[in-house]
Amino acid sequence: MISICGVSKWYGPTRVLDDCSTEVAKGDVVVVCGPSGSGKSTLIKCVNGLEAVQRGEVIVDGVVVTAPKTDLNRLRARVGMVFQHFELFPHLSVADNLTLGQIKVLGRSRDEAIARGLKMLDRVGLAAHRDKFPAQLSGGQQQRVAIARALSMDPVCMLFDEPTSALDPEMISEVLDVMVALAEEGMTMMCVTHEMGFARRVADRVIFMDQGRIVEDCAKESFFGAPRSERAQQFLAKILQH
Amino acid sequence: MLPNLDLEVVGASLPFLWTGLLFSLKLTLVAMSGGIVCGTLLALARLSSIAPLRNAAAAYVNTLRAIPLVMVILWFFLVIPLLTGKPVGAENSALITFTLFEAAFYGEIMRAGIQSVPRGQVAAARALGLTYAQSMRHVVLPQAFRNMLPLLLTQTIILFQDTSLVYAIGAKDLLKAAEVTGKNYNRPVEMYVFVALIYFAICFALSRLVRRLQARVAIVR
Repeated sequence: MISICGVSKWYGPTRVLDDCSTEVAKGDVVVVCGPSGSGKSTLIKCVNGLEAVQRGEVIVDGVVVTAPKTDLNRLRARVGMVFQHFELFPHLSVADNLTLGQIKVLGRSRDEAIARGLKMLDRVGLAAHRDKFPAQLSGGQQQRVAIARALSMDPVCMLFDEPTSALDPEMISEVLDVMVALAEEGMTMMCVTHEMGFARRVADRVIFMDQGRIVEDCAKESFFGAPRSERAQQFLAKILQH
Repeated sequence: MLPNLDLEVVGASLPFLWTGLLFSLKLTLVAMSGGIVCGTLLALARLSSIAPLRNAAAAYVNTLRAIPLVMVILWFFLVIPLLTGKPVGAENSALITFTLFEAAFYGEIMRAGIQSVPRGQVAAARALGLTYAQSMRHVVLPQAFRNMLPLLLTQTIILFQDTSLVYAIGAKDLLKAAEVTGKNYNRPVEMYVFVALIYFAICFALSRLVRRLQARVAIVR
């Protein structure tokens, strides 16, 4: 479904991605972790072309994202993305947040878009909040609406960029519950997260990044059992301490 | 201090002043709407990734902001007939000049407004598959406009006051009407005091409106 092949990226002289290669098969859940500044957010943003790469190839569902002639808007409509800071549109109601992309990008009618949006809103348990504005919702609720917004587009895969990092501890689980349910239904997911409980529960594979490189890319069991690299061992020791 | 004020003059000149006021208001509204539309385009150009577009818009804005408005009014009025061979008339000349001039100022306000919208909003819009234009139209500009509404209105108050500068080319605005009637009745002091009160009343009311709007339109984040 997602194929990243020899991807490198520079910001000026700084190399932020260094020859990264990995695959995410259909229905797989891959967790990307690593210290801050290791390039994990940049890597995930290369998947839908929000970040351009200077070298290498990214292919999503048969579409070459990195080819200059690719219609990125059409690709992005099929790849759901959830951000650290939710990024709901604050001037639009929840219902309008859910329908904007469907109407403008997919060309659905308003009724169709509302029906689909509300179904997804119900799925994340927030059907009662359709007429509210984002600012009237808690962080956890906003993030669930953001997930519903992405799902309303009927994506072939979902990208999560630290979806729980900006949340209070008691709101993290309500977002993770939605993500776990999604994973169990067979959605292809690539998640940048430090929630190792989530990784243990639903991930098929874990990718560990450091200084722009993919240091470790292995099945969940072997990652948590015995990571090969010293850097990953140190990282795990630190975040699993508490 | 002001002996022998003749208030009857004011009453007698009201219809003429009204015509002048209407033109001042028309000039304000045309320059505001035209200025905001052109200014928004200028702002988008200034924030564009295309260097020539960015530089051209910057040159336009910086040039107009460095010249006194009254000179732009005079030049446009005098130069355009020379170029086109026929006079445009004081009123039309004023409407065009003000729109072009105010675009530079509204443009800078809109640029600040666009930059006040977090970058993540654009990323989220693009991630949904919206084009650049759609992201601007449906996500960024509505927020920018709302964030900047008090500033845009404040600029409009300044614009309304500046419309009095068209007296330089003889366009019949409120100030010109006061000047003409003042001369006709030989009562300039009464007339200038009276139009000053009109300018004050309108601008004061508008600035109170700005203060109320400031509290109401802010988007809660």
